[in-house]
Amino acid sequence: MSDRTSPLHDEHVALGANLTEFGGWQMPLRYGSDIAEHAAVRTAAGLFDLSHMGEIMVTGPQATAALDHALVGWASKVAVGRARYSMLVQEDGGVVDDLVIYRLADDEVLVVANAGNADVVLAELVERATGFDATVTSTSDATALVAVQGPRAEEIVTSLTAAGSVEALRALRYYAVERAEVAGVDALVARTGYTGEDGFELFVPADSAPGLWRALLEAGTPLGLVPAGLSARDSLRLEAGMPLYGHELDRGTTPYEAGLGRVVRLDKTDDAGEPLPFVGREALAALQGTDPGRVLVGLRMLGRRPARAGYAVLDGAETPAPVGTVTSGVPSPTLGYPVAMAYVTPGLSAVGTRLAVDVRGRAEAAEVVEMPFYSRVR
Amino acid sequence: MSHFPEGLKYTAEHEWLTDESPATVGITWTAQDALGDIVYLELPEVGSTITAGAVVGEIESTKSVSELFSPVTGTVVAINDDAVASPDLVNSDPYGAGWLLKVDVTEAGPVMTADEYQRTVGS
Repeated sequence: MSDRTSPLHDEHVALGANLTEFGGWQMPLRYGSDIAEHAAVRTAAGLFDLSHMGEIMVTGPQATAALDHALVGWASKVAVGRARYSMLVQEDGGVVDDLVIYRLADDEVLVVANAGNADVVLAELVERATGFDATVTSTSDATALVAVQGPRAEEIVTSLTAAGSVEALRALRYYAVERAEVAGVDALVARTGYTGEDGFELFVPADSAPGLWRALLEAGTPLGLVPAGLSARDSLRLEAGMPLYGHELDRGTTPYEAGLGRVVRLDKTDDAGEPLPFVGREALAALQGTDPGRVLVGLRMLGRRPARAGYAVLDGAETPAPVGTVTSGVPSPTLGYPVAMAYVTPGLSAVGTRLAVDVRGRAEAAEVVEMPFYSRVR
Repeated sequence: MSHFPEGLKYTAEHEWLTDESPATVGITWTAQDALGDIVYLELPEVGSTITAGAVVGEIESTKSVSELFSPVTGTVVAINDDAVASPDLVNSDPYGAGWLLKVDVTEAGPVMTADEYQRTVGS
């Protein structure tokens, strides 16, 4: 099966992007220097094509009730115009996907799934919505997703926004969403992102994406905006301590192991005040508060050699023993030293613990540090 | 613009070298382009003996790591300290300021011309 291409594919080719396969899609890995793209997002702005993400619309009188049942978190308590990070787990509590849900109306919720999981999430939601007065539809093929991320994102996006919506977008809060006309395109504008910076994600009709993309490039370039690829996206999210499905999360991992227990709402109740039996509740309720066996930590490498996904984490003993596995690692462009996320035994997860990583046969010293590795100055 | 200077020799592992002794060794435009921004180089010590086809170092970028294979057998007589300090030189000038090693050659390894190499990388 050949990879799918984004509605912005021709733009990427014209910009000389280095393309890569990701989640069944052919997407830009980088346009030029991935470090420069990373730095632009931290200091000015980056323009990302995220059209590979899966958009699923859940509508109907029981749209949020269906999602309260299907996901680990609340949907019905998310106010109209707000977004929330959530997860879809299987019966045993293993993570099927991590998602962002956007409450667009009382009876309308947009669910955004990872590219590689979009079909599975769609099928699960359809099945889990059975018996509810709700309709689950993929709108992914008709939708393009463009993100503008970085300290100058607001300036760039509002410079193209219809006069009546400029103030609304300026005032838009983190994890909030609003309809607005941007560069003449009817867009769903969300103040969300995956970079650790301020920024917007714009859901637009696929056929109007190239015009929006070019307008954002033109308006943003004088302010330091550059197109940015998946390589920068990965190093940005890693510095910001955000998990990536397939690395930190998978079906063999529970939200508790990933340090994301806050997303699981065992206290969800139905209208009668009874515990709401969402999918995975029983397994997660049994696990809550127990020793998860392994926990996700941040590691700072003390030498120059980066740890990479799959490398063994070792204890600090003279004859080191394996105590975990690296899930993601990168030489942090912002911090100037390598950072990594890893699952380790809980006894060795305290900040300041000295560990090592087996970097291709050599034990490289590492230290457990707080995540996120990087936080923007607000 | 050709990414592969005519006067150099090339290997299947994407190294280039000068046809002389000591030979200067680096990685090709294709290799640095595939790696992305290079952030760390590990090179053999000056004076060490290296063997054609064997791993003699590591080239690490933000996204991945790749091994450096020696294109010849011989003794390392110099390494590029500037490139170790500023690995981005390997991206910006792979055939010039981004060279990696100088090797006193005792035995050559299998090499290709620029044309032959260009055909293998298909660009």
